[in-house]
Amino acid sequence: MTGSWPMWEVFVRARRGVDHVHFGSVHAADGETALQAARDLFTRRQEGVSIWVVRSSDVVASDPDDEAELFEPAEGKDYRFPTHYELPPEVDHM
Amino acid sequence: MTRPALLTHVLRHGDRALVLAQRLGQMVAHAPELEEDMAVANISLDLIGQARQLYAYAGELEGEGHEEDHFAYWRGVEEFLNPQLVEQPNGDFAVTIVRQFLHDVFALHHWEAMEASTDATLAALAARARKETAFHLRHSRGWVVRLGDGTDESHRRAQTAVDSLWRFTGELGPVADEAQLRADGVVPDGDVGGQWAETVRAALTEATLDISTATDMVEGGWHGRHSEYLKPLIEELQALTRAHPGAQW
Amino acid sequence: MEAQDRFDAIIEADQRIEADDWMPDEYRKTLIRQVAQHAHSEIIGMQPEGEWIPRAPSLRRKAILTAKVQDEAGHGLYLYGAAETLGVERADLLDLLHSRKQKYSSIFNYPAVTWADIGAIGWLVDGAAITNQVPLCRCSYGPYGRAMVRVCKEESFHQRQGYQIMLTLSEGTDAQKLMAQEALDRWWWPSIMMFGPPDTESIHNARNMAWGIKRYTNDELRQNFIDMTIPQAELLGLTMPDPDLAWNEERGHYDYGEPDWEEFMQMVRGEGEMPAQRIRIRKSAHDGGAWVREAAEAYARKQEASAA
Repeated sequence: MTGSWPMWEVFVRARRGVDHVHFGSVHAADGETALQAARDLFTRRQEGVSIWVVRSSDVVASDPDDEAELFEPAEGKDYRFPTHYELPPEVDHM
Repeated sequence: MTRPALLTHVLRHGDRALVLAQRLGQMVAHAPELEEDMAVANISLDLIGQARQLYAYAGELEGEGHEEDHFAYWRGVEEFLNPQLVEQPNGDFAVTIVRQFLHDVFALHHWEAMEASTDATLAALAARARKETAFHLRHSRGWVVRLGDGTDESHRRAQTAVDSLWRFTGELGPVADEAQLRADGVVPDGDVGGQWAETVRAALTEATLDISTATDMVEGGWHGRHSEYLKPLIEELQALTRAHPGAQW
Repeated sequence: MEAQDRFDAIIEADQRIEADDWMPDEYRKTLIRQVAQHAHSEIIGMQPEGEWIPRAPSLRRKAILTAKVQDEAGHGLYLYGAAETLGVERADLLDLLHSRKQKYSSIFNYPAVTWADIGAIGWLVDGAAITNQVPLCRCSYGPYGRAMVRVCKEESFHQRQGYQIMLTLSEGTDAQKLMAQEALDRWWWPSIMMFGPPDTESIHNARNMAWGIKRYTNDELRQNFIDMTIPQAELLGLTMPDPDLAWNEERGHYDYGEPDWEEFMQMVRGEGEMPAQRIRIRKSAHDGGAWVREAAEAYARKQEASAA
């Protein structure tokens, strides 16, 4: 549709040391204006120090139908956690 | 009674900011896209903030106990010292954006120079205002280029806007009667006029727009002489406050 | 597990449905309509308040009102964004608004006649909106609930600034006190009617509550709002325009008079000049901006082509 700008997903880093988090979306004709729009929309109350915008059509998402095969196999592998390992108290701080 | 040069300078820039903020405030809810309503409101808020700080300083300099609202609401139209560019009507989006761009280039170079002012208050104010103005310019310059190099229609409208507003750009440079302020370093002499011309030309070229050849340059805004547009703007701004003298809001 | 069963289980567990989950068509359609109409309300609401930005009686109030109206544009953007996760485009939703096939809150069909109306709108209309919106933060549809969390954080200042205006007026000149009283008289009934018709006449309540789209009934929200607002009005020293307002010790709530539901229905139907004007201004901004949006698109295409 002419005159209808593509959608961009917005990620904002709240402060140094933390990850960028998904905040929502804006419409803009290009990346630079998407950044300006995201800055005006999402950081008026000092919510961020860095913004990423990604064309919504570029986001590759996992299919919810695949949820079971993607994420359930991680269950039952307790040996990945430190608590799985019983050690003598003298060295248990490891 | 002549007003001291520094007070005049401060009022000039406070008025510049307020009148432009007022024009932008009239646009909110009428922009071509919601993201632009946000942008216009952002610029307006920054300019109101600058006006408030400048008027507060004007009050101190004047020494009559006046605060920010006195300068905004209780001076007559002929006492406003803004350049005539900022009082021009919003017109279509091309006019709004070209007016903003021509202004922002001037304001940015002005604030960049003022960061080195020997006046501590103005230098501190400039540090903040420069950052705000840099963002405004990024927005307005970006739009000038998109409109100029967009569609045939947007190009036509942008060129018309440049041509119709060019005669107000003669005021966007050093004011002759501020020579002493420049000599004292209060208004550092950074060739704002020359920088303005260079920045504007580069952007218009990138936008595939022609530099206007207008020669009937307007002047007088900095000295209280205005176009017919300032009076209704100031009347709208001041009407409610003047209807209730002495009231708190 | 059937998609419907999975959907039901998520709702049953009071968890969130996300954009790429399967959902019943009716759930999707109901949400699109509700979220879109919420977004439309935000942007139409910019008009009565926007008219007072140039006329605000002090620079501080001008800045505050500009920031508030800017927030409303922002809320519109959050909400259109949430609606778009349901598979619609903002441009289509705007078309539905402009053709009046989708509505906006009819409260914005009332004019902001004086500066005091700006105070009353912030105090009462935003107050009612907050009452409505806080439960929506727990809406079963994730993107809408999260948008509402953001909206609620910002809305609180809207109400506080409105109340502060009313407070200043009620402590001011006789003319200002009268201005405040008349604004309260104009905005009280429309504000309590914002919660919609009485429960006995509300058709979609049951299903929407089962789906976690609606958490409280119209009357529950209305009662909540009235109970919170009366003490606020008392502090202002203003007279409530409802003579039947009275604390009921037994119920532990305020009793209140019957609103004029006929007037409400007229407003909802969008009869009269003001609704036409609201849409006209909105449509004119949008249609008038088409060449601008096209220019940005054309430029972006040119840049991509030359980069290729």
